[in-house]
Amino acid sequence: MLKVSDLSVNYGATRVVDKLNLALGDDEILMLVGPTGCGKTTILQALAGLIPVSEGSIQLGAWTSTADKPLAPEKRNVGMVFQDFALFPHLTVEQNVSFRLKNTSLADHWLSLLGMDKFRDTKPARLSGGQKQRVALARTLAHEPAFVLLDEPLSNLDAALKDSLRWEIRSALKTAGVPAIWVTHDQDEALSVGDRVGVLKNGVLEQIDTPEACFAEPASRFVARFLGEASFMPGNLCDGMITTEIGDVPATPINGAQGDVDVLIRPDDLSLSANNSNTNGIIEWARYEGGSRLYAVAMDNGHELKIRVSHETAFQPGTRVEMVLTTTHPLAAFNRE
Amino acid sequence: MSKWPKPYPLALLIALLAILPVGVLVSLASDSAQLFDTHNLRVLGNTLALVVLTIVGSVIMGVPLALFTAYVQGPLKKLWLVLLAAPLALPSYIGAFAMYFSFGRGGEIESLTGVPTPAVSGLWGTALIMSLYTYPFVMMTTRASLLSQDASLVNASRLLGLSLWRSLWRVVLPRASNSIAAGALLAALYALSDFGTPAIMGLDTFTRVIFVEYNAFGLSQAAMLSLQLMVIVALVLFLESRVGGATERPGRHLTLWPARWQYFTMLMSFLPIVAMAIVLPMAIFMVWLVREGTGGFEFSYAWNSAYASFLAAIAAVVCALPVAHAAIAGKAGRLMERITYFGFGVPGIVMGTALVYLGLQLPFLYQTLALLVVAYVLRFIPLAVGSIRTTAENLDASMVKAARVLGASPREAFMRITLPLSLRGMVAGAALVFLEAMRELPATLMLGPTGFETLATYMWRVYEAGYFGRAAVPGLLLVLLSGLGLILMLSGERRAEFTLSEDERR
Repeated sequence: MLKVSDLSVNYGATRVVDKLNLALGDDEILMLVGPTGCGKTTILQALAGLIPVSEGSIQLGAWTSTADKPLAPEKRNVGMVFQDFALFPHLTVEQNVSFRLKNTSLADHWLSLLGMDKFRDTKPARLSGGQKQRVALARTLAHEPAFVLLDEPLSNLDAALKDSLRWEIRSALKTAGVPAIWVTHDQDEALSVGDRVGVLKNGVLEQIDTPEACFAEPASRFVARFLGEASFMPGNLCDGMITTEIGDVPATPINGAQGDVDVLIRPDDLSLSANNSNTNGIIEWARYEGGSRLYAVAMDNGHELKIRVSHETAFQPGTRVEMVLTTTHPLAAFNRE
Repeated sequence: MSKWPKPYPLALLIALLAILPVGVLVSLASDSAQLFDTHNLRVLGNTLALVVLTIVGSVIMGVPLALFTAYVQGPLKKLWLVLLAAPLALPSYIGAFAMYFSFGRGGEIESLTGVPTPAVSGLWGTALIMSLYTYPFVMMTTRASLLSQDASLVNASRLLGLSLWRSLWRVVLPRASNSIAAGALLAALYALSDFGTPAIMGLDTFTRVIFVEYNAFGLSQAAMLSLQLMVIVALVLFLESRVGGATERPGRHLTLWPARWQYFTMLMSFLPIVAMAIVLPMAIFMVWLVREGTGGFEFSYAWNSAYASFLAAIAAVVCALPVAHAAIAGKAGRLMERITYFGFGVPGIVMGTALVYLGLQLPFLYQTLALLVVAYVLRFIPLAVGSIRTTAENLDASMVKAARVLGASPREAFMRITLPLSLRGMVAGAALVFLEAMRELPATLMLGPTGFETLATYMWRVYEAGYFGRAAVPGLLLVLLSGLGLILMLSGERRAEFTLSEDERR
């Protein structure tokens, strides 16, 4: 169980991380997401003890590290996977993985589990990006860390590899049964891999919850926009139901929203039809995505909505269409700004 | 951060030491009677003429060779590159020595073959030899620029109707002009500071005249001349710092596949250069070795060279460590590094003059090996700083962090990660300093303790006495050392593949 209380980090006079509070279960994977410069990587470095903390404490099992009494990184029993892999170039794969191990059976175990058996005697320079990251992961897990930090582990890899390696890493972490904090700026990665998602903005944790809750009931418009396509429509919230120009749906009020609200609409909450007399918008642009199409529709009331439909429904930009809210699950409602 | 990075104080001290020679020269020259006279004017004229001719010669040879080695594909491409770059590693006084005794009336070529040859001496002879040994500067800088140019621009120009040659002239070379200029300025710097070549060829340039003044006990006049030379050197260094490299869009460079006969013709036209610069000196030394044996040569000369150079290499690396780390730590550190680079621009003869005077003021240093080692260190420390800094920079900060989070203490991380990874740079830097010091001539002549004969100074004595046959062994040894230096420089490009394996702990 990892417990972080009121953790703050300053760079000079600038506060980069402000009063972070976290608790992590025994084999839980927490995804930390946020735009560039939001303090994600700083949090990892602070947890590992690589940069000084200005306030707060970190606690894991037997040890506690505070701003006044910091614990050296080598005493924390933490594993870290780096964006640039950080493999030691003068050592072979095997020597890297068993860097501080007396007994190398764990090194063998993780190397074979991650399919890097035959590269034992290879120097890191000869490996591809994906192989390097597997070795780095094997090195981290072989040292039996009490928790693992992953700093954008997939950002230096090409897209095709990213998708498969993401699952490999997740299952390896689950096999090892260690808590992990995984930093990424990729929302797909955040939603699909983690048990929980934490969204950061300017060093403050805006929301931390399950991926489903973060996506469907975001704590703020920022979180809503960061995790996926988001459109907003004005409506009136009364007795748990929102009334809008394009239909009525059940609502989840955010921060006690009531009365005049903006409702969060995702592209799959809507349906669209043409060739009838009730059209209420005009297609601005269309984007073909293979299995689906994404349309941006300029509504007659001045708002813009995005809708995703089956690829079989093809309309040209400029077509007048009717948009209707068809979802049955509650939509998040925010106080009118 | 208000705290000074740790390596700063030491680096500052070393940087201050590096500009010490100039301070010494200024105080010494103030005793001099003459600021400038007609004799000076002639020396200045000779020096500038030599510099201009060297620039012209090295560009005429270097640019076509750069085009050839960068773009033309053919058999044994790597070998030609190494051979064509090789004169860079050879000190030009070796070439001057060999050619001085080979050409002209009564020269070795005439006595061997009976064919009379014109003498190589004076301004034209010096310029020829300088060009032969400095064109690789132009070739290498230009080649690097040519390799960075995207071929699609040449292709575009050809599709727009220009021939290949006109495309090279109008599209490729203009974009390489900065690099050509940088190489030419390096050649100019070499021509300005080299002592051996003009001295052997009998051309009164600054370096030769300084040595003459020094021998005539005109130390303050030598200092004045040294300062005048330094002004020109500073001017060239300034020009060089203004020549910026253009950033090119990355892409695949041009490749040309000439027909067999075309390739052969190109090689044939470059052959005289290699023959003159490398084959001729080696052949002449071999002839002398066979004819005259090893007479007069004592093993102690080689030992003295190696001993002094070894001390210099160790001292240079020790001094370079704080400078290199200061350069990485911050802006002020980079300035300190720049200052130590200064020594590289100071001609050996100038360094010698300054330190001789220093020795006279500090009797405990006078005529000691220590003073010679100091001269070597001040001159060649940039080589050590450069290679240490490169490896230390490549040492990713996350590497040490990774070791720490794996449980290594700072000490263990240093011993197992930082040290082995920077050791290569230290070894390479020490080797470069060692090889340069082995071949250094003027400062060794001026500062070597009495009776302390090295390979280079022995060659000079042989030249002065005219017993050229005795130069065979030291000459060949110096060529061999230069070959080692070349190998080291070339392997520097592939340093990533150096292996330094950790001891097997299991």
